[in-house]
Amino acid sequence: MEDCLAKKMEITVSEAEKRTGKNAMNIQETYTAYLIETRAVESQSEGQCAPVDSLWRRYSEFELLRNYLSVTYPHIVVPPLPEKRADFVWHKLSADNMDPDFVERRRIGLENFLLRVASHPVLCQDKVFYSFLTQEGGWKDMVNETGFQLKADSRLKALNATFRVKNPDKRFTELKHYSDELQSVISHLLRVRARVADRLYGVYKVHGNYGRVFSEWSAIEKEMGDGLQSAGHHMDVYAASIDDILEEEEHYADLLKEYLFYAEALRAVCRKHELMQYDLEMAAQDLTSKKQQCEELATGTVRTFSLKGMTSKLFGQETAEQREAKIKILEEQIQEGEEQLKSKNLEGRDFVKSAWADIERFKEQKNHDLKEALISYAVLQISMCKKGIQVWTNAKECFSKM
Amino acid sequence: DTSLAEVNSFSPSMPISPSSMINQYKFEDEPELRDLFVTVDDPESHITAIETFITYRVVTKTSRGEFDSSEYEVRRRYQDFLWLKSKLEEAHPTLIIPPLPEKFIMKGMVERFSDEFIETRRKALHKFLNRIADHPTLTFNEDFKIFLTAQAWELSSHKKQGPGLLSRMGQTVRAVASSVRGGVKNRPEMFTEMNDYMETFSQKINILDKIAHRIYKEEREYFNEMKEYGPIHTLWSASEEDIADSLKGVASCIDKCCKATEKRMAGLSENLLPILHEYVLYSEILMGVLKRRDQIQGELDSKVDALANKKTEKELFSEEIGKLEDKVECANNALKADWDRWKQNMQCDMRSTFTNVAENNLRYYEECLATWESFLASQTVDLHVEEDSEDRP
Repeated sequence: MEDCLAKKMEITVSEAEKRTGKNAMNIQETYTAYLIETRAVESQSEGQCAPVDSLWRRYSEFELLRNYLSVTYPHIVVPPLPEKRADFVWHKLSADNMDPDFVERRRIGLENFLLRVASHPVLCQDKVFYSFLTQEGGWKDMVNETGFQLKADSRLKALNATFRVKNPDKRFTELKHYSDELQSVISHLLRVRARVADRLYGVYKVHGNYGRVFSEWSAIEKEMGDGLQSAGHHMDVYAASIDDILEEEEHYADLLKEYLFYAEALRAVCRKHELMQYDLEMAAQDLTSKKQQCEELATGTVRTFSLKGMTSKLFGQETAEQREAKIKILEEQIQEGEEQLKSKNLEGRDFVKSAWADIERFKEQKNHDLKEALISYAVLQISMCKKGIQVWTNAKECFSKM
Repeated sequence: DTSLAEVNSFSPSMPISPSSMINQYKFEDEPELRDLFVTVDDPESHITAIETFITYRVVTKTSRGEFDSSEYEVRRRYQDFLWLKSKLEEAHPTLIIPPLPEKFIMKGMVERFSDEFIETRRKALHKFLNRIADHPTLTFNEDFKIFLTAQAWELSSHKKQGPGLLSRMGQTVRAVASSVRGGVKNRPEMFTEMNDYMETFSQKINILDKIAHRIYKEEREYFNEMKEYGPIHTLWSASEEDIADSLKGVASCIDKCCKATEKRMAGLSENLLPILHEYVLYSEILMGVLKRRDQIQGELDSKVDALANKKTEKELFSEEIGKLEDKVECANNALKADWDRWKQNMQCDMRSTFTNVAENNLRYYEECLATWESFLASQTVDLHVEEDSEDRP
């Protein structure tokens, strides 16, 4: 991999802090601020460590950065941000944005986002990104001054608007289809996982009820007492063990969530291409119709119905000078149109080329990450089974001594 | 250490055979001493104009002299078991008669004649008869013998004999009357302890029964969600190439764990739930036994009190009182011995049942562990293969 920012700079989102302040509408609000720490990675001789720079950013600033990157690099699958609001929660998990566990997982997600951008061969070189990491004051103004919002195509905001593209690129169509499937299947998986987690929680916690009853029962038993009492203790351990297990599983869910949002980013690239293709076709269509108009005026034949043609029939032909003037204007427009079409075609080809390069990069990253995630899930399950075996082995011993 | 009082019941019709004294102590964990084996199986539905009912086949194999044959096969319905239980309670008011499954289950979604219900009942009826067969006193009860051996018409005619309804009612009235007076006043310390114990035990066993049902319910709901969880991974694998195998592997692991959960649930419902239920019933039975002992004591106490007021009829009363005193002593001894036996069996049952629960869970986790470990091994092998192939030019 080329020398990306991630190799030159250590980036962490190390802390999260609750703040209150006035927002744009001068209303008091509570929000969380995140501390970004950066340190240059130099060949460190003994004891020498580069100084740490730090600044605070809130979630909305991260959003602004991502929007800027999406608009400025439409051919790149831009890494997603962690979710704004807690979604796919199982009942014990809080849906509250201020919940410390949620804030903690978001902190990790934001750090991950920055690392993804910093290790991307194209994105890491962006100046706005670099300033985000290093320039505390005035960054917002700087971003807005780039005028990226003007470049943003409002048509893309309508997520499901269809552009009737006559010659779609088969690869992009397939890719869009894939991103839809990925989104659908991962969100389904996350929903069911949350329900499974909820049920698993129930099974473990109910066992905790044994502890107290066994203890109370042991009070009236002479021989069975000790066995009951100690077995009850193990049941308490069993019931308590689920909290850590599910906490870890939440991290696995976050890995999947990242790719759920990545699917959205992938889709966005396809949509941008679709839009480009649509504009190209529209431009070509417009050019063709202008050429036709020109031809008709020159030869005097009317091939297509036009209101002008009708009115000129009704109200008499135009004068030769009028016709000449019209032809001249059209010829100018046609020349402009041809140049535009040429550049649009070039733009389109460049887009396709660079987009596919990034898509290939993304595919490799996705396959690697998801495989790792599945492996980590297996590791979690194995750990849970081992804990279960230990507890029930102990409990069995106590029961057999009753 | 044998005591004649144990073998004797107060039912005048009960013979005391020499062999019954020899076979006095029979513990359930010494099957070689058994000379009577009973099984309950083969439920069959019978439909008449009036009703539909189930009969069960009761097979008895025995080497005992007092049985004319060594093998018997009869069919009995639930009513017949109820009859047997009430006869045993009548004959041995202070012995612990094993519990019968309930008439019908109010809670749950089990229908009256569903296969599940019939099977649960069959197992309980089987246990009921076996517990009687293993009981040092009850096993020689005449009604028990008739239950095991008589043909249907013989049993019906035998049922019609015995103390009539009125005299049975009389007994009940007297029993109620003496219970009002208590019999608690002169209750020996030992039985007060038993009462206290039973109150707490009853409370705890009921709670345990509820906990066990909760656990079963939670496991079932977990199972239901897991059923949906695995297939999603398979569905996902259809859109992927590189990671399709890993996804299918995870799907297969989850499905296997799902099946293991089903087994774990079955273990609960076959073992822990029935046993806890039985002991819930037992706790009611034992409270009843303790009450009846108090009633017998109460009869004696009230007679003694009456004597204190009527000094003239002292001689007449003293004979009656003597009999009552014997009755109380027999009742107390019978109960004490049966209580010790019951406690031992209870400890044994609880130990084996909960150990079984633990083993069940161990098996579950070990199965799941093996599944995931083999998946993990397959994934890391792939990684190594990939790495190797990358190294090669």
